Amino acid sequence: MVANLTCKRGTSRLIDKTEDNKTYSNIVTTSAVSTATFEAQSLECIRDDRVLFDDLCFTINPGEALVLEGRNGSGKTSLLRIICGIRLPESGKVLWEGTDIFHLGPEFHEHTAYLGHKDGSKQDLTPLENLRVAQGLGKARESITLEEALEQVGLFGFEDVPTRNLSAGQQRRLAIARLLVTDAKLWILDEPFTSLDRKGIEQMERLFEEHLKRGGMAAMTTHHRIGFKEEVKLVRINLSDR
Amino acid sequence: MSTLSLTSAFTLLLKRDMTLAYRRRSELVNPLLFFVLVTAMFPLGIGNDPKLIEAVGPGVIWVAALLAALLSLDAMFRSDFEDGSLEQFMLSAHPVSILVLAKILAHWLVTGLPLFIAAPLLAVLLNIPGDAIPTLMLTLILGTPVLSLIGSVGVALTVGLRRGGVILSLLVLPLYVPVLIFATDAVKTAIVGIPTTAQLSILSAMLVGSLVLAPLATAASLRISLS
Repeated sequence: MVANLTCKRGTSRLIDKTEDNKTYSNIVTTSAVSTATFEAQSLECIRDDRVLFDDLCFTINPGEALVLEGRNGSGKTSLLRIICGIRLPESGKVLWEGTDIFHLGPEFHEHTAYLGHKDGSKQDLTPLENLRVAQGLGKARESITLEEALEQVGLFGFEDVPTRNLSAGQQRRLAIARLLVTDAKLWILDEPFTSLDRKGIEQMERLFEEHLKRGGMAAMTTHHRIGFKEEVKLVRINLSDR
Repeated sequence: MSTLSLTSAFTLLLKRDMTLAYRRRSELVNPLLFFVLVTAMFPLGIGNDPKLIEAVGPGVIWVAALLAALLSLDAMFRSDFEDGSLEQFMLSAHPVSILVLAKILAHWLVTGLPLFIAAPLLAVLLNIPGDAIPTLMLTLILGTPVLSLIGSVGVALTVGLRRGGVILSLLVLPLYVPVLIFATDAVKTAIVGIPTTAQLSILSAMLVGSLVLAPLATAASLRISLS
């Protein structure tokens, strides 16, 4: 019989810092009326009897981006999976405009786009067909055609090539194009820059910047230092800092 | 979300799965080939006793159909799970159960429907009298969708496991038994010449019941498998 190794470290606090050095308190104020668009309250995640994080709070408002940092295995992916609703937190809740996303279900998911470790594209379909499915699953964005989305990620001319024939970087670009074709306000990105070349990373940073300027939000993990040209409010959380 | 976009998501997903199946035709033939081969081997093994072959015929066809369905089940969500498409379905703006229903329908169209089409030929091979063949067809068109629907719940539960195959069979086969019993009984009754309304009604009830409940159960199971 394995003893229960889980011990809740009540004293450990995560330091959330914004760019302007404002430090959020981790104490939950559930009584206060929430005005934030996207909010996490006192999240806890336990994996294999290890507490990855507990009492984790943050808020994201339109135009802001949450950047998760931390060493491998510190729970970045788990946190992203919790805030997009694939995984349930051990305790705490995630709120979208004040309502628990668990109760919102598809109503929350029409506002989100998730890019995980896996691209989520079918190898046997062409980029165009993959995008069409992605658009159908979400709420279609009217202002952009599928071809334009492919052009924006630098896949112009690859519309009808089977996805399996694309390089790893191009497949990643296709996955990013998926974010553009739906009307999602919140982008949840897990290592979006994996296998992209330097120019690709720059292009993607511009796309993310445009999205934030449109009033979008983002939550992402990355080991790459993000170089936004303009002033973007980044909420940084380091999951290794304890 | 409007009903219109929900319908279009349903057809989009159905079309996607059919396209994918078409581009992997070689895998698609497997269940049908299995079905035909197993049924064709039986008369050879039993010997030239027409009475005996006629007696076991309905059972052989249905057991072969059952195993063919089981063989094809694992593919229903496996590739979507591996390439991350399943996560995208769970995070879709549409109810997951409707999307799942589209996938089950696609699965039935590529695995169940061919069995239905091949069945009359095999019925002749197994010496089932011509009068009973329409009943056999009816049981197949009512029964094979139930196999896909019930199977989808099992697949959804085991898709996260690395070796889910054996558990899947143990999980799903007992649930297939009622379909097997009533379907074979219907065909046997039809061979004797007695009306088969009772058995067919029960099969229809199973179809309606699983059509309503299985997508919901599958959606919930997928959520468990992914979290």
